[in-house]
Amino acid sequence: MAFGSRRVLVGAHYGLRDWLVQRITALVLTVFVAVVVFGVAVAGELDYGAWSAIFAPLPMKLLTMLAIVALCYHAWIGVRDIWMDYVKPVAVRLALHVVTVLWLAYCLLWSIEILWSV
Amino acid sequence: MTNSNPTRRSPRSQIRNIRFDQLRNYRLPLAGIVSILHRISGLLLFLCLPLLLWLFDLSLASERSFDHFVQISQSWVTRIVLLALGWALLHHLCAGVRFLLLDLHLGVDRIAAQRSSIAVLAVSGSLTLLFALHVFGVL
Repeated sequence: MAFGSRRVLVGAHYGLRDWLVQRITALVLTVFVAVVVFGVAVAGELDYGAWSAIFAPLPMKLLTMLAIVALCYHAWIGVRDIWMDYVKPVAVRLALHVVTVLWLAYCLLWSIEILWSV
Repeated sequence: MTNSNPTRRSPRSQIRNIRFDQLRNYRLPLAGIVSILHRISGLLLFLCLPLLLWLFDLSLASERSFDHFVQISQSWVTRIVLLALGWALLHHLCAGVRFLLLDLHLGVDRIAAQRSSIAVLAVSGSLTLLFALHVFGVL
């Protein structure tokens, strides 16, 4: 392996991809939050009709879906970093990684179910 | 070449992590406080994700479940939890924007980093205050 100035920049799993993904997903989530806040601000009195109308149009459904996928990927990288920093025993850490992945996968599938029933 | 003779080598300075019991005496700079709060707020949001999804489900599923959602959100426990999560989201968002700017090499020097830390705490703090007024029905 070539480290230092000669290291391979692509496909070597130094963590550049995760670093980049965390930032891209952060931008997606920021846009999503801004759109929802804007939607709520425009809606005025927020009853069920007005609230569900925000998420009913297809583009908003797709944006929400994208945001939830981004959220899960973003949370995976962040939480994985926390386990890597503070949990040293390998068995415990791997167990936490597995629980985190399953947890996020469950939340992802659940949110699809919520969203497409609107 | 002083390093070629191992017996004459001066002791290398060692950098160690601080121990847990030293945390109390460690003066974390503002940027460090923003950073650790970013981590804590992120973990909090992750742990409460099922709760948020459950509330999201209630609010969207039907008119009746929406009423149920409104009813739940009136309780004091829910208000306090929502306030904590609101702070977590706002701080995570503001600190995240700061980190993205740092990635673009904006505000990297010490003074600018300190100023942007204050800005993050001020903006997320006042937005949280607004949110709190809204959650507790003042606004």
